[in-house]
Amino acid sequence: MALTSPDLQALEEQVPRDIARTVTRGDRIFRTLCASAAAVSLFIIGGTALFLAIKAVPALQKAGLLSFFTTSVWNPTVGDFGVLGLLIGTIIIATVSLIVAVPLAIGLALFINEYSPARIRRVLTSSVDLLAAMPSIIFGMWGFFALQAPLVGVASWLNLHLSAIPFFRLSEPDAPLLRSSFIVGTVVALMIVPIITSVSRDVMAQCPRSQCEAALALGGSRWGMIKEVLLPFGKAGITGAVLLGFGRALGETIAVALIIAFTIEANPYVLEQGGGSIASLIAIKFPEAQDLEISALIAAGLALFSMTLLVNLGARAIVRRTQIAA
Amino acid sequence: MRLFAEPRLQLEVDVDMSLLDERPLDETPVPEAPEQEPIEEQVPFRPRALVRSERVELLLAVASGVTGSAVMCLLFDWTQPLTFAIWALLLFLGSTYLLARDSQSPIVATDRLITTLVWTSGGIAVSVLLWMLGYVVVKGIAGLNFEYLTSDLSKVGPLDDGGGVFHAIVGTLEQMLIASVLSIPIAILTAVYLHEIRGRLAGIVRFVIDAMSGLPSIVAGLFIYTVWVLQGRGPSGLAAGLALAILMIPTVTRTAEEMLKTIDDGLRESALALGAPQWRSVMQVVLPTARSGLITASILGVARAVGETAPVLLTAFGSSSINWSPFNGPQADLPLYIYQLLRQPNPAQIARAWSGALVLVLLVLILFVLARVIGERGARVRGGSR
Repeated sequence: MALTSPDLQALEEQVPRDIARTVTRGDRIFRTLCASAAAVSLFIIGGTALFLAIKAVPALQKAGLLSFFTTSVWNPTVGDFGVLGLLIGTIIIATVSLIVAVPLAIGLALFINEYSPARIRRVLTSSVDLLAAMPSIIFGMWGFFALQAPLVGVASWLNLHLSAIPFFRLSEPDAPLLRSSFIVGTVVALMIVPIITSVSRDVMAQCPRSQCEAALALGGSRWGMIKEVLLPFGKAGITGAVLLGFGRALGETIAVALIIAFTIEANPYVLEQGGGSIASLIAIKFPEAQDLEISALIAAGLALFSMTLLVNLGARAIVRRTQIAA
Repeated sequence: MRLFAEPRLQLEVDVDMSLLDERPLDETPVPEAPEQEPIEEQVPFRPRALVRSERVELLLAVASGVTGSAVMCLLFDWTQPLTFAIWALLLFLGSTYLLARDSQSPIVATDRLITTLVWTSGGIAVSVLLWMLGYVVVKGIAGLNFEYLTSDLSKVGPLDDGGGVFHAIVGTLEQMLIASVLSIPIAILTAVYLHEIRGRLAGIVRFVIDAMSGLPSIVAGLFIYTVWVLQGRGPSGLAAGLALAILMIPTVTRTAEEMLKTIDDGLRESALALGAPQWRSVMQVVLPTARSGLITASILGVARAVGETAPVLLTAFGSSSINWSPFNGPQADLPLYIYQLLRQPNPAQIARAWSGALVLVLLVLILFVLARVIGERGARVRGGSR
């Protein structure tokens, strides 16, 4: 045999071949060019953090750093700003959207990967991609004009029959139900379904097929296979996908700004009119804002930036780790 | 939909076993091959296909869902179609479960319940999309005519008829052109850096691209506002293009990197083996092979950016008359045009917004189909060249 033992070992381990190459001057120029293109992204993220921080200083000084995050006021004439209520509102909307989106998105991922016949699968993947490409303003106006009436019905039903759960309570029996965090959350949910679906699909597709088939061959039902093999395998990755969706929901602007009846204070009654988020604050207040108020809006933007950055990087780290493990 | 312990299968196995058992042990096996059934007569066993009793159960469940929900709607005077659909679905799920549990087993029943739920989620996704597209078409088609596409809003009062979207279309095209020219070369070179060069910065660049892909679009708008508009340059289409470029870079980079991953390593090695330096192998072999994929990546990036409202609101401010110059003064674009009209209370403005939405949706659809067609053709070419 011509193969020596190191060769055999390399074959077995499928080690990629090492390519020896000489680096010419053209290569060096080319590499510098690509590296500087890659560095643009570094500058953008660094610059965003830096410049937003610089421009946020006047408002934060005037309002006080602590009270900016612990009060709920917006009074540009005296320079009193606080975004606590909006921070809470942002998290309320994002949470509602996760509650609606996660079952739908995971069901959709399972349907596309495991259940659907080939022809339907093509239609489904295209639909999900197209849903991802739809502008948020279209979601917003459709949500406002088409989805509100049926959702108000759902909301009043939830309140009527499930008001034992604090989540579904109203401040007073006849409180208006239009333009609520619940409706906004549902619309945002439909916008984050595509990202959760596509990331979960990628994660689930990495599950070794032999294990799934083994579960079926042992007499398991399809749901048994999914529950015992697929979901445990994809648990971490799906968590990451959900976190990614959460990050998107936190930053969603225009659909929220169009639908919500904007209030500065947090509204704990999810089904009831009124609410707000940081991103919608910026979109709504910006067109009429002057010097100090603009600085306050930038400070709010900085808070949003840090929040989404943390959530996103955490999510990506989780997803990436599962991909390396697989 | 069914367990493997299926009666029909069990029967076949039993028959085989009994044949084996009946053969006397001391007798030598017959040398010629045992007679096989002709292949045509062997019906393939489809483990997921519905047998007749299951079809009957399915029909029963559908019937009970629809009639039960209809009766409830009539009794309680519910008029919302959605209410009917929700109750029909709930009753259907319940009866599916109970029928399967009684005729087979709880395990089968759970499996069937989940199958129905999973199919429902697929149905919801498709119907949401169709509902949204249909709604935009129905609301927007009335106002869409030649005059609408060729005039702006400078001479119409808020309550008048007429007026159009031309200035917003011009703004959109100019801003998208600027954003594409700025972002696509950067994004593709970044993808080359990440996948072909794999330089020292690759780890941190990938990290930052991750961070950028989740960047809320309004924050990108705020960034350009602070470094461009606030520095005495004022609002302009160029500023909007810069903000949109920030949003396009991560999308295009990621998709382009995926495309580069599909290129066969053999091609790179052949180029190197022929003595080409790396830059020539990338520019003349890798990138041309990935061309259609890179075009798809770029179009997807454009499709994402074209619908963004928030960053344009902060950088171009919008305008009601035409501004041909992207370098000077406020400019409108399609999403912002829709947003600003929607915030006004009169029906004429909202009708205009719907027509604008139809134009925007058509634009996104065209880009989407274009990306699909080019992407698929490219995949076929790449597949064939191997």
